Amino acid sequence: MLWRARDLALDADPARRFLPWLLAMIVYLAGIALAGMMSLSSAVERWDTGLSGTLTVQLPAVARDAGDRNVDAAIAALKRAPGVVRAHALDTAETAALLEPWLGKGTLAEDLPLPRLIDIRIRPDAKPDIEGLTALVQAAVPGALIDDHKKSLDRLITLARTAELVAGAIVLLVVLAAIATVVFITRTGLAMHAGGIELLHLIGAADSYVARQFQGQALELALRGGIIGLALTALTVFGLGRAAAALGSGLLPDLSLGPAQWAGLAGVPIAVALIGMVTARITVLRALKALP
Amino acid sequence: MVRFQNVGMRYGLGPEVLHDVNLHLAPGSFHFLSGASGAGKSSLLKLIYLACRPSRGLITLFDSDIATLPRNALPPIRRRIGVVFQDFRLLEHLSVLDNVALPLRVAGARRNEFGDHARELLRWVGLDDCMDALPPTLSGGQKQRVAIARAVITRPQLLVADEPTGNVDDSIAMRLLRLFEELNRLGTTVLIATHNEGLIRRTAHPRYHLSGGELTGPIQHGESIATPTAGGRG
Repeated sequence: MLWRARDLALDADPARRFLPWLLAMIVYLAGIALAGMMSLSSAVERWDTGLSGTLTVQLPAVARDAGDRNVDAAIAALKRAPGVVRAHALDTAETAALLEPWLGKGTLAEDLPLPRLIDIRIRPDAKPDIEGLTALVQAAVPGALIDDHKKSLDRLITLARTAELVAGAIVLLVVLAAIATVVFITRTGLAMHAGGIELLHLIGAADSYVARQFQGQALELALRGGIIGLALTALTVFGLGRAAAALGSGLLPDLSLGPAQWAGLAGVPIAVALIGMVTARITVLRALKALP
Repeated sequence: MVRFQNVGMRYGLGPEVLHDVNLHLAPGSFHFLSGASGAGKSSLLKLIYLACRPSRGLITLFDSDIATLPRNALPPIRRRIGVVFQDFRLLEHLSVLDNVALPLRVAGARRNEFGDHARELLRWVGLDDCMDALPPTLSGGQKQRVAIARAVITRPQLLVADEPTGNVDDSIAMRLLRLFEELNRLGTTVLIATHNEGLIRRTAHPRYHLSGGELTGPIQHGESIATPTAGGRG
């Protein structure tokens, strides 16, 4: 228990029983939203890092022998192109593995007329000339297409950033809810202990002396609630991460958090406790101004 | 020490409860404040211990015009005033010892600095056997003595007491009066509001008298109460 003066019987308030649980829920919601935001941010960063400087050439589906010839012709053309440092043709098995999340395991992919894919890596300092590359590849293999990942990645990043904004808004709302809760409970305490507060005031207590008792209680209760909320958040994030990993699907991004992100989550109850403490102090100081 | 000049007071938009009060308490003086119930004694004391503001007039405390002082300058002034409230105002969850030591804590003293002093004072007012008791377990007289001990523990420059002997028998009342007089001899200015005429007559201290919100005095020991006058003469 934190030390604080106990001239006012704040510990006996009924609100004392509820505030930690209310703040535990608030910290839990904030923690989940924050974890989601950090997880998305990491996923976006991984996508961006993984896909920048790469292009995919898609050759039309033809019979296997003709397909191999097309791949050889396209790779030969790409090797002449400026900025291309690597051109790797995916074999049928690799293409089937890419389709596995949608079509499942089996021989179905081998039975379908699949286009052949060539993975191209561009020199990091080179700006890819998509039109020039497309013309070059199409001259070798008519009907070939080049997929610029940037377009689809940009759409994904926009979606992820929108989700991050929503998560940020949730965190903001949750913080406002924490402030409102502490204000309400502090005002209730002020009303319940009006006699004691007036006595302290009349024997010469400065407003800050009275405020310290309320802010100390708010800090103590918010820390308790925050620790409970953080524990629930950790369980949920850990459980979701395990569940996503167990799916083994490429459809879901990696939801696990790194050490820095866990440290960020651990800061949520501390932040809520500090917000609670400051809110209680401001509420009390404002109320005491009504006294002569 | 305390000076009122043409002070009037009303609660909210209600009628004026004190009219044109002129009062002067010189440093080291000892006065009674008499008057029937409802005469305005408690209201006058509230103005002195800064629980209320006057609706008009000038109040000077410790050579400061309280109307011109910023709000954050008032707590140090309040700490120079000891108050015995009529309704005691003890904090029920604190022990007798902690209640008595409250003004010292508010002033920033640590427990190891005031424990002995508080115990000694409680022994003096005859409460040495219930230092750890909680106020709800005390009689009215005991509570009153706790309230008095709390008011005097800081050895205030000004002591204001509202019916401090209202709940105690005569022997205790006299003992408490001796405590106030002892403090007065040490330099504390004392003002005691009481309707206990016997207590007033047993001492030689002057009094102010309130009737219908108008103050008369100071009236020296043995003088009879005249009709309200326009101003105190110090």
